[in-house]
Amino acid sequence: MRAHFVLSEIGVGLRRNVTMTLAVIVSVALSLSLLGGSLLAREQVSSMKDFWYDKVQVSVFLCNKVDAETDPVACPKGAVTEEQKTEIEEELNAYEIVDEVFHESAEEAYQHYQEQQKDSPLAAVVTPDQMQESFRVKLHDPEKYEVISTAYAGREGVHSVQDQRALLENLFQLLNGVNIAALGLMTLMLLVALLLIVNTVRVSAFSRRRETGIMRLVGASSFYIQMPFILEAAIAGLIGALLACGLLVGGKFFLIDGFLEDRIQVIDFVGWDAVISVLPFILVVGALMPSVAALFALRKYLKV
Amino acid sequence: MIRFDSVSKTYPRQNAPALRDVSLEINRGEFVFLVGSSGSGKSTFLRLILREERASEGSVHVLGKDFGRLSNWKVPQVRRQLGTVFQDFRLLPNKTVGENVAFALEVIGKSRGQIRKTVPEVLDLVGLGGKEDRMPGELSGGEQQRVAIARAFVNRPMLLIADEPTGNLDPQTSVGIMRLLDRINRTGTTVVMATHDAQIVDQMRKRVIELEKGRLVRDQSRGVYGYQN
Repeated sequence: MRAHFVLSEIGVGLRRNVTMTLAVIVSVALSLSLLGGSLLAREQVSSMKDFWYDKVQVSVFLCNKVDAETDPVACPKGAVTEEQKTEIEEELNAYEIVDEVFHESAEEAYQHYQEQQKDSPLAAVVTPDQMQESFRVKLHDPEKYEVISTAYAGREGVHSVQDQRALLENLFQLLNGVNIAALGLMTLMLLVALLLIVNTVRVSAFSRRRETGIMRLVGASSFYIQMPFILEAAIAGLIGALLACGLLVGGKFFLIDGFLEDRIQVIDFVGWDAVISVLPFILVVGALMPSVAALFALRKYLKV
Repeated sequence: MIRFDSVSKTYPRQNAPALRDVSLEINRGEFVFLVGSSGSGKSTFLRLILREERASEGSVHVLGKDFGRLSNWKVPQVRRQLGTVFQDFRLLPNKTVGENVAFALEVIGKSRGQIRKTVPEVLDLVGLGGKEDRMPGELSGGEQQRVAIARAFVNRPMLLIADEPTGNLDPQTSVGIMRLLDRINRTGTTVVMATHDAQIVDQMRKRVIELEKGRLVRDQSRGVYGYQN
């Protein structure tokens, strides 16, 4: 096999088909950057889960004086008493599933609230009296929330039991939904890209049927005849994949590092290592997928 | 060299077979004319020899290979020992004469040195010495056919298949082409040529095989064209 000959054939083919080749490159680039993006988003969600689940607690809110008036169902007997508090705390510590128990007084809750909501007009109105005292329970396994919830909800002196995980769950579900949508879109785009490749290869094979006909007559192997077409598709795909890599790196550099990182500090965004580990995958898919599509397109077209 | 044993060929979605029960043998070194009106099955006959089609019934042996049992990936190897020439020359218009001939060697993986040596030799042989760098469009029809013959012969095939090689040429040029084919035949290459040219067949006095509606109706050594178009 002479590389020089094959390369010149590919050059001719790509130039003859510039518009189709561009269409292939663009659609491969877009679908693969969606693929990379959704892979990274998945990574992001799972790292966020690790990060947040490690910090989530079950909060057991205790009744205060105000609750006795505003919410007589949860706190019929008024504010929690000192005995009830010690009893709850001792019990919580006795649970095997419980890792640690922190007590947050109404004053501390007030401080936190002021810190978190310092720009909100509400912060000025809220008084320490309105804040609830609470136990913050950290579990070994956050999934075991139910145990604490059933034991303390409705108990005297307890206003409510809140699992922070439930709050996060909504967020993660949303992120997952977005991710699935991106994957669906990617699949569609990939399909479009594949159809385009199949069509491009067919047009290319048709425009060179004279050459391929002669090649067959003089006894060129079908591998030799098909090689230029397959490499043509692979090269177009690879260029698309390189563009996709560029988009991902650009996205990481400008969108995450240059914009989101400064503005949203609570989230630990995906790092360069994750981005770089996705790139080889994108390149391999970008080169292999069009080759397979081309082989498929040629199977019927260039029979011996 | 070529053996047909009760060969029939029916194309898909067609009732009438293109070839019916044809049996014949062509030996090494023979020169054979294949005659018959359009649609008589000449092209199908040639396509079966080139293994572009497979027989529906019977068996085709070419160069000792049973084409019914030859797997697809071995077909190119056999074709390298066959040369083919067509009425429409089938040259690549964007390549020079030399490149056109070299193409046949390139695609079967011959080395550059070998190509550089062989191409001028074979162009000399067909009488086109020194026209290596001309484009096919600059040549006359006869010269273009000589390029095609050079390409078919460059691998020194055992068998040369010619499908109406003089069909597009005037009588005088045709004579030149026939002389060339005769010379190639004298080197030991078997030549099978389909033609409508009565004058050539009558002049050459070679074996004549006539097909009519897919049947073999005449097989005559030192024959003549023998029927009116």
